[in-house]
Amino acid sequence: MRKRLQARRLDRIDHNPWVVFTKLASECDAVNLGQGFPDFPPPDFAVEAFQQAISGDFMLNQYTRAFGYPPLTKILASFFGKLLGQEIDPFENVLVTVGAYGALFTAFQALVDEGDEVIIIEPSFDCYEPMTLMAGGRPVFVSLKLTPTKDRELDSSSDWQLDPTELASKFTSRTKALILNTPNNPLGKVFSKAELELVASLCQQHDVVCISDEVYQWLVYDGCQHISIASLPGMWERTLTIGSAGKTFSVTGWKVGWVLGPNSLMKHLRTVHQNSIFHCPTQSQAAVAQSFQREQLHFGQPSSYFVQFPQAVQRKRDHMIRSLQSVGLRPVISQERRMPDLPGAVDEPYDSRFVKWMIKNKGLVAIPVSVFYSQSHQKHFDHYIRFCFVKDESTLQAMDKKLQEWKDELGA
Amino acid sequence: MTQSMFLAQRRLCSVGGSRTKYLKTIYSSKISRFSTSPKMSLKFKNAKRIEGLDSNVWIEFTKLAADPSVVNLGQGLPDISPPLYVKEELSKIAAIDSLNQYTRGFGHPSLVKALSCLYGKLYQKQIDPNKEILVTVGAYGSLFNAIQGLIDEGDEVIIIVPFYDCYEPMVRMAGGTPVFISLRSKPVDGKKWSSSDWTLDPEELASKFNSKTKAIILNTPHNPMGKVYTKEELQVIADLCIKYDTLCISDEVYEWLVYTGNKHLKIATFPGMWERTITIGSAGKTFSVTGWKLGWTVGPNHLIKHLQTVQQNSIYTCATPLQEALAQAFWIDIKRMDDPECYFNSLPKELEVKRDRMVHLLDSVGLKPIIPDGGYFIIADVSLLDADLSDMKHNNEPYDYKFVKWMTKNKKLSAIPVSAFCNTETKLQFEKFVRFCFIKKDSTLDAAEEIIKAWNRQKS
Repeated sequence: MRKRLQARRLDRIDHNPWVVFTKLASECDAVNLGQGFPDFPPPDFAVEAFQQAISGDFMLNQYTRAFGYPPLTKILASFFGKLLGQEIDPFENVLVTVGAYGALFTAFQALVDEGDEVIIIEPSFDCYEPMTLMAGGRPVFVSLKLTPTKDRELDSSSDWQLDPTELASKFTSRTKALILNTPNNPLGKVFSKAELELVASLCQQHDVVCISDEVYQWLVYDGCQHISIASLPGMWERTLTIGSAGKTFSVTGWKVGWVLGPNSLMKHLRTVHQNSIFHCPTQSQAAVAQSFQREQLHFGQPSSYFVQFPQAVQRKRDHMIRSLQSVGLRPVISQERRMPDLPGAVDEPYDSRFVKWMIKNKGLVAIPVSVFYSQSHQKHFDHYIRFCFVKDESTLQAMDKKLQEWKDELGA
Repeated sequence: MTQSMFLAQRRLCSVGGSRTKYLKTIYSSKISRFSTSPKMSLKFKNAKRIEGLDSNVWIEFTKLAADPSVVNLGQGLPDISPPLYVKEELSKIAAIDSLNQYTRGFGHPSLVKALSCLYGKLYQKQIDPNKEILVTVGAYGSLFNAIQGLIDEGDEVIIIVPFYDCYEPMVRMAGGTPVFISLRSKPVDGKKWSSSDWTLDPEELASKFNSKTKAIILNTPHNPMGKVYTKEELQVIADLCIKYDTLCISDEVYEWLVYTGNKHLKIATFPGMWERTITIGSAGKTFSVTGWKLGWTVGPNHLIKHLQTVQQNSIYTCATPLQEALAQAFWIDIKRMDDPECYFNSLPKELEVKRDRMVHLLDSVGLKPIIPDGGYFIIADVSLLDADLSDMKHNNEPYDYKFVKWMTKNKKLSAIPVSAFCNTETKLQFEKFVRFCFIKKDSTLDAAEEIIKAWNRQKS
């Protein structure tokens, strides 16, 4: 074929780091602490909910309402309405998507135009940049920076902060949106109220839409509190809040996500949705609805999964911190789950080479944090690697074994 | 046809009041602090790519048909149960823990393997499960990935009218220019009107191709007409694609639903076509599980890789348990493809009976049906009925829109106006036609029969 085949919107976005690392992980017999998903079962009530959805009314095998299975949109509206202190209409303010990934895509496609600027806080989940580019937008990066630790032995993700002046300087008349991720992947940072107020005031001052990726909202530790920026004064009207059933109920494979927001923005997401995938699968939506209904009954109580799960995962986090320290790696304590990082150990960023070496030689998989940075900033942050700790005890023990072997080799 | 099963419920109170107040506050603070013009409303404006694409025909018609006293032959979804073994596979899968987590982005391994095996047989060639297959969120998702991946600003895309309604907005959203050509009927005095009587004029078709033509979208078996393109018809299209170095996006979701005397042919198997064709299939239509929203694309890697790029930047991966269940269902039927029990054989047999029943019913009341050679829709010319639509509002709507509304209200029978499958300029060509869906259980068709018989009695 003579013609150039692909559309120009695919330029610069065809590369995907996960493909490389997942492939490598599957080829080597390594303990996989790389890709972010649990290797233990979801809670029983979620599994039961799915069982019921598929053995119930056979019409659940057919299409449901395009913008979201009504019982799901209703429970999301009521559940998050309370959390955000906002009246949420299940039909105008809620859109169900194929994972939070699909929600992000829909938001970018709906609102970002050729030449629009999108502020991305680094390190960031790697899809924000290509999604901005695919929509013809211009990513504008601002980095979280480690402020010197006081007396603490270990860095905390809260020590990674935005410089307010620097952040303000990134806003221009072309800024269409800012994408916020709290709790943050990969750092685990939970943005404080003061930090969110700073972002909020700049968004309002410059009339910018805030896309708030809050998929890890339930996984906060050490008594930290997750705050949704949409709940701050003046923010509901300009915020799209994204959530994930996969991260909420440890069912990443169900690929159910959602967006909450004002109708003035949501109507544009609905237009993209009806012209891209139109409907999401029915039965998984029914299962998520039932799971939320269960959590609504248990909300705030010790029996709530949203209470138990972060407690269990915090223990895993602490286990991993100790294990990494024992071999001389210096983790950043996450206020959020999953992401102790590692400073330390020099084209292809150093951390990427390090990870490949580690997979092959030490039997441990992690993800280089430079994956979460734009190309121009990678060289400043190329000595961190990300471990996922939402893993079964047996996996963490296998990790300990590998780390011990590594330590013994170093000691020799 | 895609449809929402549930209608919009009663609306909760909106926050209109407080929002207006907020807008006023922000606006005045901007005025006092900055001297610039009010940009605010601009920032909330949609991206240009979706300008004019916000309306959707289904919303209006689903609402209309949602009244439980209406016999709904509009929605394009089965009200029959999927086959038992399909439900059973899903049930088994739900118990397997690992299937609750992410799988491979471009398609769950066991599913792409099954698809590779099935289509390898149908294409009579080896199909690489990882490089030549992509699993998507329904065939709708495959169409989206193909169009986003391959259609650029200024590219022309030929669309055959009537068309599945998403083709036009998807092409526009990608910045492409749709170029329309209509199916036209031969005169049929005396004999029964069939979807095969509707054809493309080869000269007219050729005139639509030029150096800017990036792709043609083909849908066979066709929705809403039910047309199954013949070898000769496909050859005309193939010749033009090769001559103009054009891609072919072939929507074959109804590939198993062809009736006696007809054969579904894959244009990708024609000489010179594999390298330029994207072929789309659907689990929803194959196994009567539209709510699983799984589809797939088969094609050469140099095309599929671009659809994969769209996938990894849009939804990343499809649901795991549903893909595994689908794989298992496929294996069951792949092993017995010559068996009448195989769903690929049994469903069209079952539907042919329903088709014939519908044809007879529509005939009996003076609606002139076009017998479909495939698919699960039947369209009928309603103009001969000369129904009195004077009490219908919206006089500038096409005739079929008014007819369907009248029929839903007065006869408690719903359908879909075929002009919904036309672009603005061609709506008049098809405004006398209405589409009925017949993948419905017997009791639904019985109820439709009752209505039609009563209608008939009223006339005489």
